[in-house]
Amino acid sequence: MCLGIPGELVRFVADQPDLALVEVSGVGRRINVALLADEQLQPGDWVLVHVGFALSKISETEAQAVLAYLEEMGQPYADELDALRTSNIG
Amino acid sequence: MRFVDEYRDAGRARALAGQIAARCRPGREYKFMEVCGGHTHTIYKHGLEDYLPENVTLVHGPGCPVCVIPMGRVDDAIHIAEQPDVIMTSFGDMMRVPGGQSSFLDAKAAGADIRMVYSPLDALKIARQNPHRRVVFMAIGFETTAPSTAMTVLRAAEQGVDNFSVFCNHVTIIPAIKAILDSPDLRLDGFLGPGHVSTVIGCRPYDFIAREHGKPLVVAGFEPLDILQSVHMLLGQLADGRCEVENQYARVVPEDGNPIALAAIARVMRLRPYFEWRGLGFIPYSALGMADEYAAFDAERLFEVPGIRVADPKACQCGEVLKGVLKPWECKVFGTACTPETPIGTCMVSAEGACAAYYNFGRFSRERVREATRV
Ligand code: SF4
Repeated sequence: MCLGIPGELVRFVADQPDLALVEVSGVGRRINVALLADEQLQPGDWVLVHVGFALSKISETEAQAVLAYLEEMGQPYADELDALRTSNIG
Repeated sequence: MRFVDEYRDAGRARALAGQIAARCRPGREYKFMEVCGGHTHTIYKHGLEDYLPENVTLVHGPGCPVCVIPMGRVDDAIHIAEQPDVIMTSFGDMMRVPGGQSSFLDAKAAGADIRMVYSPLDALKIARQNPHRRVVFMAIGFETTAPSTAMTVLRAAEQGVDNFSVFCNHVTIIPAIKAILDSPDLRLDGFLGPGHVSTVIGCRPYDFIAREHGKPLVVAGFEPLDILQSVHMLLGQLADGRCEVENQYARVVPEDGNPIALAAIARVMRLRPYFEWRGLGFIPYSALGMADEYAAFDAERLFEVPGIRVADPKACQCGEVLKGVLKPWECKVFGTACTPETPIGTCMVSAEGACAAYYNFGRFSRERVREATRV
């Protein structure tokens, strides 16, 4: 729950300006991006996702580093991704 | 993996270790607290203590939200979950946290409808799909997760979902640090500030630590080199006689935090006059409850919660571990009666709890460093 997972913004969800499709470690999920409304997010941007909300915009370099860190973490990251797979925000 | 090397090159770690040693005054002891459980995890996983000179100690702080939930609140949540029309929803991390009587996992086995969710927004969706049930979200976490709960409540209000409520257990990091600074048991020389909490609150709320308590704080990232570099920065401040809040993790943490997130919390939640933390007791103005304007979404007002205070088990020394007074292995039941499979205290439940982190990695860290430095 404390893990911030990097995801790449794929596209915004039609008619729902707060939601975007974000790809996180090969898992595509709808994520709420309203907390980053001031950041003028665009497809291709990377964000750190916490419990369904994008909390900060990060560089791609940082995203790769965080992903490597999480992958090394093992079980807690696997659990978080499993939880994410069940997520169906909207 | 070109990107990653930048943050964990063993050669750079050794070079930093040398610079850290050079900044220490011989004969002086340095004690720094890492406030966040994520840092504790990295420190044990990579055996970072073995890169530090003997006179620099890292002590673990209270920054693991699962670890600080008092048993009485778990019992209250289970009481709500046992109401016949209720669906209780919660993050997976909560499932094994022991209450006074049982855990969510036990209550679920006994028939309560308790469901794991990834996000409070998933809980809201369950509420929309089950209009005849009352859906409660067990909200836990520091400022990293509080905005998500607040935004979810705003969305519920907007969509007119009237069978959704929050059992609010959000806590705030600053009063916990204050309580530790005021505690007589511990003399600290500085802090590694939490990375993700700071993306929300920014760096200014820590100013009082430097100004009023005369301790430096460096907001730190989660990579091994981030932590070593932050220790190096803390020692640099002490060597120069400076005492400031510095941001080592500026690549993620903005100085002012996230104003939209702070505004959402301020709209939906209010500071409670006091709240109990497991192991630390009651800390004034240290937690968030629902604001009167959002009473319709407040499980504490919608349900009769017993509100019983349950004392921590006698054998458990989580309080000392959370304050950094004891190292995990110094607890009498560590690794014997208390293990990740059968946790007595909460620090053994979450992967970010100090006891679980040490149980999983700490014991092997010395060998890992020896291996890493052999290359
Ligand atoms: S070993 Fe168990 S009881 Fe002791 S401090 Fe750690 S979590 Fe608490």
